[in-house]
Amino acid sequence: MKQKLRRSMLFVPGSNTGMVCNAFIYKPDTVMFDLEDSVALSEKDSARMMVYHALQHFTYKNIETAVRVNPLNSPFGLLDLEAAIRAGVDIIRLPKTDTVDDVLEMEQEISHIENRIGRSKKTMLLAAIESALGVVNAVDIARCSKRLMGIALGAEDFVRDLHTQRTKEGHELMAARNQILLAARAAKIGAFDSVFSDVKDKEGFMHEVDYIKGLGFDGKSLINPNQIPWLHSAFAPSQKNINWAIEVLEAAKDAKARGLGVISLDGKMVDAPVILRAEWIMDLARASGVLGEDQ
Amino acid sequence: MSKKLETAHAGTLESSDAFVRVIPIDAKGIEIELESSVEEIYGDAIRALVLETVTTMGIEGVKLIVQDKGALDYVIKARVQTAILRALGEPEPDWSVL
Repeated sequence: MKQKLRRSMLFVPGSNTGMVCNAFIYKPDTVMFDLEDSVALSEKDSARMMVYHALQHFTYKNIETAVRVNPLNSPFGLLDLEAAIRAGVDIIRLPKTDTVDDVLEMEQEISHIENRIGRSKKTMLLAAIESALGVVNAVDIARCSKRLMGIALGAEDFVRDLHTQRTKEGHELMAARNQILLAARAAKIGAFDSVFSDVKDKEGFMHEVDYIKGLGFDGKSLINPNQIPWLHSAFAPSQKNINWAIEVLEAAKDAKARGLGVISLDGKMVDAPVILRAEWIMDLARASGVLGEDQ
Repeated sequence: MSKKLETAHAGTLESSDAFVRVIPIDAKGIEIELESSVEEIYGDAIRALVLETVTTMGIEGVKLIVQDKGALDYVIKARVQTAILRALGEPEPDWSVL
């Protein structure tokens, strides 16, 4: 199955009308409307209503949308969920996922709402892991629901739970990042890194992006649109990789035309995972503007 | 029967937003007072949108003061709906009519 590109997930506070109206302009791979921590208690209702309408506006028809809802044990969680699903959101981001039960409870509520309103499209789930308990349970969490399209690290709450703080080097996140990545890959779902909060520090941001890309993460949550082009350029494949991908895909096409099952390129076997990898590189290249849409 | 309303408001005076005040009045009907930088061009359309939004929610006996700061249609609608729900003291809207 072809994987959707999710390099950039731009957080947009649901209470910031200017950002809600304009976020699509910056072309993140996913727009993540936030109803949780960035929204004051007194504006939970207005943010929910704004996001409900924005999700249905034509400016968000051709972009993947997510909503970070409040926890279900808060007075707002279910209301947020109903609004987002009714408005046709693609993904619900579940905050503070500590256990499998957290995911299953959310899954059940989503199913109830979908059935009640007759929504045929299945809402996806992204579980944000933001505690030591969540990291320890990441393997089970990642495998517990077919709705899960990925798991994400929420670093700010996580470091607080660890009794430490974030550093530029990121040593404090090493175990969590590796655990989340392994859990996601074992479950064949996406892995997404946390936000980089210092929006003025491009060098630090690029260093972190290179690091998490090297680990294998699919992308990263962002809090500032300025970080989108930086992130996308870091995820753009090199010309060498693109040339390799083109050769692999041409060899695969040629082999298919000749009815050959197994092919080789420069003496190396090219099988299904290699072809998928080549297709992935070409998708990245197109999305990064390195190739034209027709290549 | 007309629903009981309290005075309420929603929105901000920031660019791209709208600030909406809802005030219950003794008379029946819906009064709209609009202040907008684009009133000359879009004034009638904004009034029609506010009126339709309030009517759809089954509300009357109310005055709405709308200060528009260049908001998109859906922003004005969201602000009116939120202000009305606050005026009604209802946290959960009837989604089927919004």
